[in-house]
Formats: sequence, C-alpha cells, structure tokens
Amino acid sequence: MPTSPVLPKLVGSRVKRREDPRLIQGKGTYVDDVKIAGMQYVAFKRSDVAHGRIVSIDTSAADAMEGVEAVFTGAQIAEFVAPMPIGTPFPSPDHRVVATDVVRFAGEPVAVVVATDRYVARDAVDAITVRYDILPAAVDPEAALQGKPIVIHDKFPNNVAIGPIPGGTGVSPDGKSVDDSAIEKAFAAAEIVISQRMMNQRLAPSAMEPRGVVAHYEAGKGTMTIWSSTQNPHILRTFIAMMNGMGESQVRAIAPEVGGGFGAKINIYAEEYVVAGLSKRLELPLKWVEDRSEAFVATIHGRDILGYIDLAARRDGTVLGLKMRLIADIGAYNMLLTAAIPTLTMLMANATYAIPAIRVTLTEVFTNKTPTDAYRGAGRPEATYFVERAMDMLARELKMDPAEVRRKNFIPADQFPFHTQMGAVYDSGDYEKALDRALQNADWDQLKKDRDKAKAEGRLVGLGLSMYVEVCGIGPSASLPTGGWEHSQVTIERDGRITATTGASPHGQGNETTFAQMLADQFSVPFEHVTILHGDTAVVKQGIGTFGSRSQAVGGAALHMAGNKVKTKMAKFAAALLEAHEDDIVFENGRVSVKGAPAKGRTFAEVASYAYIPVPLPPGLEPGLSDEAFFEPSNNTYPFGCHISMLEIDRDTGEPKLLRLVAVDDAGNLINPLIVEGQIHGGLAQGIGQAMIEEVVYGEDGQLLTGSFMDYALPRAIDFPRFELDNTVTPTPVNPLGAKGCGEAGTLGSTPSIVSAAVDALSEFGVTHIDMMLRPEKLWRIIHGGQA
Amino acid sequence: MIPTSFDYARATSIDDAIARLGAASGSAKLLAGGHSLVPLMKLRLSEPSLLIDIARIPGLSGIREKGGKIEIGAATVHHDVATSALLLDKCPALAETAATIGDPQVRNRGTMGGSLAHADPAADYPGMLVALDAEIHLKGTEGWRAVKASDFFQALFTVDLRPDEIIAGVQFTPQRAAAYAKLHQRASHFAIVGVGASLDVSGGTITAARVGLTGASTHAMRLANVEAALAGKPLSDATIASASAVAGDGIDDLNADIHASADYRRAMIKVFTARALKEAAARM
Repeated sequence: MPTSPVLPKLVGSRVKRREDPRLIQGKGTYVDDVKIAGMQYVAFKRSDVAHGRIVSIDTSAADAMEGVEAVFTGAQIAEFVAPMPIGTPFPSPDHRVVATDVVRFAGEPVAVVVATDRYVARDAVDAITVRYDILPAAVDPEAALQGKPIVIHDKFPNNVAIGPIPGGTGVSPDGKSVDDSAIEKAFAAAEIVISQRMMNQRLAPSAMEPRGVVAHYEAGKGTMTIWSSTQNPHILRTFIAMMNGMGESQVRAIAPEVGGGFGAKINIYAEEYVVAGLSKRLELPLKWVEDRSEAFVATIHGRDILGYIDLAARRDGTVLGLKMRLIADIGAYNMLLTAAIPTLTMLMANATYAIPAIRVTLTEVFTNKTPTDAYRGAGRPEATYFVERAMDMLARELKMDPAEVRRKNFIPADQFPFHTQMGAVYDSGDYEKALDRALQNADWDQLKKDRDKAKAEGRLVGLGLSMYVEVCGIGPSASLPTGGWEHSQVTIERDGRITATTGASPHGQGNETTFAQMLADQFSVPFEHVTILHGDTAVVKQGIGTFGSRSQAVGGAALHMAGNKVKTKMAKFAAALLEAHEDDIVFENGRVSVKGAPAKGRTFAEVASYAYIPVPLPPGLEPGLSDEAFFEPSNNTYPFGCHISMLEIDRDTGEPKLLRLVAVDDAGNLINPLIVEGQIHGGLAQGIGQAMIEEVVYGEDGQLLTGSFMDYALPRAIDFPRFELDNTVTPTPVNPLGAKGCGEAGTLGSTPSIVSAAVDALSEFGVTHIDMMLRPEKLWRIIHGGQA
Repeated sequence: MIPTSFDYARATSIDDAIARLGAASGSAKLLAGGHSLVPLMKLRLSEPSLLIDIARIPGLSGIREKGGKIEIGAATVHHDVATSALLLDKCPALAETAATIGDPQVRNRGTMGGSLAHADPAADYPGMLVALDAEIHLKGTEGWRAVKASDFFQALFTVDLRPDEIIAGVQFTPQRAAAYAKLHQRASHFAIVGVGASLDVSGGTITAARVGLTGASTHAMRLANVEAALAGKPLSDATIASASAVAGDGIDDLNADIHASADYRRAMIKVFTARALKEAAARM
C-alpha cells in the first residue's frame, strides 16, 4: 500500500493567496480585456453643470463623424430603456438612465455615442453640443431642507427623500408609534449632556479598476451575455433581464477579475442598462470602460451623513441616553441601496453599549451631487464614529480614562444574544476582552505616560481609543430585497479533483484560497486539488454576491454544507467499495478508508472514479458526486473590536502624523489569518484615509473640486505606521463556521480613534471636537487661533 | 487615456527635435516622461497634433560634473537626481528635492526638463534651482541661450522658452550648504509651499544667501527680502528667525485652493523658509 503524505490542516493557517501571482503579474482577465469580433465602443456625454434644464442637444456633428455608429439623446434612450430601478422600498423620483429634461448632478449622462473605437467615441462625445438653462445648485444638505429651497425633484418639494424616520426606544418597528417617555426620562436624569454636531464626510470609493461593461446580445439565440466589473453578477443578471424584457435564463452575467469594489460595485448603474439595452437594439457587442475622471462623478460616493449627537450620562460615566439626529446627503438620486445605507447607521446606534434609551431620527435629503450608496462599512462606520466620538467627549469632560468610560457601559459578555434598543440582535460578543487585549498590546498606561512626557516637552501628541461593533454576514433574507442566502455547489470530479462554485463573487477577498482551504480539510485532499469557480452565472447556478462582509459567513457556510452533502454520498460509495458501513468511512490524507483499519481503503481518486463508473451501482445511489446547498443564516453577525491610535501634530504646520495604530478585531473563527490581516490592513487604510486625508469637496455651484487623484488623496504606505494587529475569537452561533466577517472592520474603529487622538493632542487649546478630514490648515488654525 | 489623435515622432538629436518643433509651427509638444503633458492630454486641455519624443536623445539625460559645475540633462528622471552619488555628495539639497516629488512611479518617469518647461506653480525643482542660482540651457533655431532660473519662471505656467526652443539641461555651482523644505499636498505631493535655501558663509558670517519659493504663488521666485535680511549677518538661529519672519511679505497673489488658504500659505512660507535655512546651516 502506498503511504500518503500527511496533509497539513489548512483552516486556520496562513496560506498565501493563490490569486495573487496572476494578478500581480498582469495575467488577470478584466472586463477591459474582453474582446468580441465586431465589438463597438460606447461613450457617454455627461453634464458639466450640476443642475440645469436641457434646452437643446445638437448631435449632428457627432453623427456625421466617420466611425460613429449611432448617437442617442436621453429622450431617444428612454424609448427603449426604462427608468432606473432601485432595490429599496422607499419612494423614489423618476431617474432616467440618461437625462431627458433636467440634469441633477455634474456627470449625469445626457447623450450616448456608439462608435467603432474608443477614441472615435470620445471625439464624438466632444462634438455633441448641449445647451442648458442653468439652475441654482443645492449643495448644502441643511440648506436644501430649509425655507424655500432649490427643488431638485418636483415630487419632493423640500428635497426630503426620506424622513424624518424615528427609531429606537419607544418607537414601534413600523415607526408609526412613538413614545418619548423613556428618552425624555434619560435626559431628565442626566448629570451631564454631551452635544455635538459631527460631519461624517463624503468619500470616493476609488477602486483600482474603474467600472466597465461588455454586453453581447445574440439575436439568433435571443440571449444576452454581460461582463461587468461587479460584486454581484447574479443580481446584475436579475436586473438586466428585467430591464430588457428577458428571462433570467436568457441572460448570462460574468464578473471576471474585479479590481476592487468597496461597495461601489454592488450597484447596477445606468451604464450597464444602457450598454445592454443598446446591444440588444443594435444587435452589436458593445463595450464601455469608465475612465478615472468619470469614476469620480459617475460611480457612487460613500458616507456623507451629518449627525447631531446628544449623550446623556451620570458623572460616574454611566450613559443614560443617546439622541442622534441624522441628515444623510444622498445626492441627486436613489441608486440600488442608497436609501437603506443610512438606516444601518440607525441600526447600529447602540454600538457596544447597554444604553437604556436611544432615539435616532433620520432624514435623507437630495442635493445636486453624485448619488451615495454603500462604501466599505456602509452606514456602520458613521454610527461608530458618532457614538465613539461622543463617548470620547464624555470621557474628556469627566476627566475619565476613555477606556474606563467604555468599560463601564459595555453590554456584558453574558448578555448575548443581546436585543438592542434599535431592534438588532447581537449574536455574540465579549467587548471587554477585546478592549483589554488592545490596552495590553498598546501598553496603554505606558502610552499615556509617553503622551504626557511628549506634551511636557511641547509636542502635540494625543491618544485615541475606539470600540466598534458592526453588522456583517448580511442575510438573512428578510434583510435584503434579493434574499440574503448564499449558494454553493461542490463536485468531486472523476479524477478526484474538487470543483466548487460560490455565489459570493470575490473582488479581492481571496475566496479562491480560503474556500479551497476549507474543502481540502473537509475531504482531506491536497489544497492544489481544489478549484473554486465564481463570477459567472452560467457556471455558478445561484448566488447573491459579496458585500457586507458576507462571503465567508454566508458563502463559506453554503460551501461547507454542500461539501457535507457530497461527502455523505461519497462515503456511501466508499462503503460499498470497501464493504463497510458508511458511518465507519473516514477521509484521511487523500485516502478513504474504514475507521480503525487504515489498510482497508482506497485513494480518494479511486472512490471518485467508482462513483462515476459505478459497476456495480450500489442500491439506492445515483451515479456522480455533486451537490449544492443554499445557506440561509438565522441572523446577521456582529463582529467587534478595539482600535487605539497615537498621533502627533506638527505645532508649526498643523500636519498630523499617525505614530501607532493598535487593532484588536474579533471576526469569530478565522479560516486564513493572513487574508484576514490583509482585509484589516485594507480597511484600516481606508478608515485612516477618511480621518486624515480623504474628502470629496464640492464648490457652491455643485462642481466637484476633488475630481482627480491630484486633489483627492488616497492613502499610501507612507501615510501609515506599521499596523499592530491582534484578534480575539468569539464565534458566532448563526452559521456552522462560527465566522463573522472582516472585510469592513478596519474602517470602523480606526477613524474615530484617530480623530479622538487629534482632539487629545490639541486639548491644551480647548478643542473638544474636530470634523474630518484632519486637514493641516484646520489643525493649524486651532493651534494658532490668534493668527488665523 | 483617450486623448485627441496625434502624430508621434522620435527625435534623434536636439537639432532634430528643434527642426521638428519649428516645422510644426506651434502645434507640436515635446514628450519626455509625460508626467506634465499626458495628464493635460488626458483631460483634452492640451491637444497637440504632434508629439516629439526626446526621451532617448543621446546625451540629453545624465548628471555630470564639469569645471566645478554640475550639469543635469533635461531628460534626467527625478529618481536619478534623487539617487545621484555626485549630488548627494556635493549638492544634497537637489537630490532631496527630487526625492520629495510625487511618488516612486512619478519619479521614475518624470524629467527635470519637463518639470521646468511645464512650470506648475507647485512644482518642486523651480524653488530649489532658483536658490542654487542655476542656469537653464536652451537651444533653438537661433542657437544656444542660458537663462537664470530666477528669470526663467515668469508667470503662471509661463516660462522664458520660445516655441522653437528645447531645454537641454541645467547647470549650477554645487552647494553643500543648501536645503529644500516643503509642505506636501497629500493627494498630489506637489508643494503647498516649498522653499529652497542656499547659504555662503565665511568666518561665521553669511556672505550671501539665496532663497527660492515655490507653491505659494503663480511661479517660483527668489525671496529678496529674506536674502537681504541674511546677508552680512552672523549665522545664528536668531538671524534665521528674523529673516524667516519677513518671508512672503509683499507677495499679494498667494494661491488659495481647497488644500490651503492664502493666509495659511503665508504662514507656511515663514515656517518652511526657517526650516530650509536651518537645514542648510546644519550642512555647513
């Protein structure tokens, strides 16, 4: 008998991403690499005014250009492409895929060109002349709500998209019954109230690969294939089929390599509907690829929530109540999930604390800006920021250690599952453990001494600490209009190799690696023998997609379940082959054998082969080894952690420098700690970016002033210290893996910890809050108040 | 990048480039690293009909010492300036200036000549070259010219360069007691304010000082009042402090944008003048 090598246990180990060699060597295939014979190119003429009535569009010069196949105005497009659908149940204004009469943000499409190549298409766009009756732009969300504002949509006369929606203590789940007694009692009993207006500013998601779409309608077959840089090809398929009057079975959606999404590629965008609709109408394969300038205006922005926060407490630091009045500037239109994102800020208002009474009201307002939607964290970083900054202000006011104020108010570890005032059910948690680990790793007491010593030397050094809890593993189905499950099919091929599909469509999450680790362990076969397929609705039968830190918690669970089904069947084949009982079959080191009798066994491949050439076929079994599973989680997951920052501000220039970032994250069980660390690194980068250098800025006329990387700062390695990471493990009971999700965590705690550190550094100047980003001039003005 | 269509020609020599420039009568642009020109073409703010690639002209790149002076070819990339052993030994301030430009990708493509010809008001080299009293060597159909850096930068994106002329390189007397200090704009890493300083000191007395400012206004310029406040004074912290205190005074067209107001820039001119002078003095 040949001896099998002992296979290492892979789940929990730091396996390098198998995706990386091809990606970093330029061997990946992205949407822009897709070429089809006869393919033509699409370009969009976009509004250069933020708000205006279209007086005329002259496309004659573009039409006349050699190589131009067709030019369409918004009105012409409207004849065959329906208005934009949305994925939330809220009222929404008419949103044409290409504007027909009024443009409502700079960058909104007004005409479309189809041409033989990309350069001709762009030349033709420049040859289109649009005249506008320019209207004043609504840029400030509070001004857009007050008095007689500039009206953006006729049916929304006060620019109120939604709200004010109440939520929290005393509010019925439908929001219709509101009892203020508990929140009023909390504030009446308060010995101290912290009140602060805080801005969680607008950000540009800025994936490395901009969006792109190739659509190929094949008239002879009546089918559509659409390649898109998307996080969720199955949702894309649903909407493309619906918008084109086709069955889902007639549409194949493919997400090839996707170079980052950060939430912005959940959306189905106008360009996807237009390119698909035009491909069908013209019976031509068509490609559109977004350029970076377009990405800044045409891809959704994130955040942009203004909060008026009131925190009621006793002088011993016990929090009694929290009020948050939120105004979300959602830009000009509702996109797929736009309206729902700020509701996640409401949902997470409890943060990690047992706050007896909470009242949140949310108003969403239209402005003449690019629409907002999900961006890494999507509503939860905003909630964390508001609550954690308020907790920090409370600690400062009470001269308490910021760690101890938090500790005093934690939801105790023995209270899970915990029903929050906001209606969430936190699955599991041990917040004090994460706090203590972070304090220990940072050497908190010594760090405070270091800070005090630096301050005594005249340096402006500060410390900030933030807890966070987020809602991840999105599902269950009640929480998503598409359903909140995930799907997987696992197939043992006849040579013993394993092919598995997942509907969790990765775009940087490393599922090809982590899912292969899981199956390799499950079947005790080499990692190299497992292939994970994704991103193609013709290959992956069903799926929802990757967002809300769900791919492992929901997609991984589906994979695990499908694997178990196949394993059970394979054990039956092995039992027949080995003349044993199926319950006695064990999978070890690439062999399938009888428990306690390792000599009595076959190789994994031999058993697989038998299942496909079943002579004889065991009674009651069908040939083959392939099965699928849908996993419906019973709840979301609620990962948490603690981030600590140390920051120094240059007294002369106001420049902030992050000196340390200590993070302890609890994402439950980890499949691959290396990949988790990579996810945390990315999240921290974007969280630090928000605190320190990222901000979308509009002029008063609604023009985007940060329309390129020359003015919109993306964080780089030089902007960070070495991250000090660690984790605690509190498994979730809501899925069989105990995994919670980690993709967004880094954006939650880092941001408020850095702002709190900046406030701490500048405490001698009497400052209690600083709005992000920490622009050097802003800090310099605090330091040099007299001169400024 | 989807620019308007253009023709491309690779120049074999400086004279070849000049001839092609002249023949195109204003519709051609020189291409070296492409880090000033290409972004403009991408936005279609520049639509040249011909690009004349000068990056491979023999002898147009490189850093040499000649007769006590240093010459840097126009096609020399920032990375080569930043890492030049000759510069790090004899004129570290210029190497340091190059090291602060953009990011590694930019420094491996962008060129000295391109930066000078484009004359972005926030470019780094102009501030340091003004302080080094560098000469910019130009050649056109009418032959060679040498222009002082302080005369070369005239106004916003405007330099003393005729349509048929090409920048061949820069030449300066290396100065160890020089430094460049800069407030980075965090997105572009251009200078919000950049100050180059160069000191001649004899027996503890500053015999001459040159201070160049970039980023703050329309174009790089010498800060004559600071130089005057330093000349003839003993080299000391007090001298530097009092000279820096007048830096920027009299400049009434300070830039203001989302990154920094004019007031802030005015204050930063003083801060970074002091930093550059202190660093230059430390190199005595």
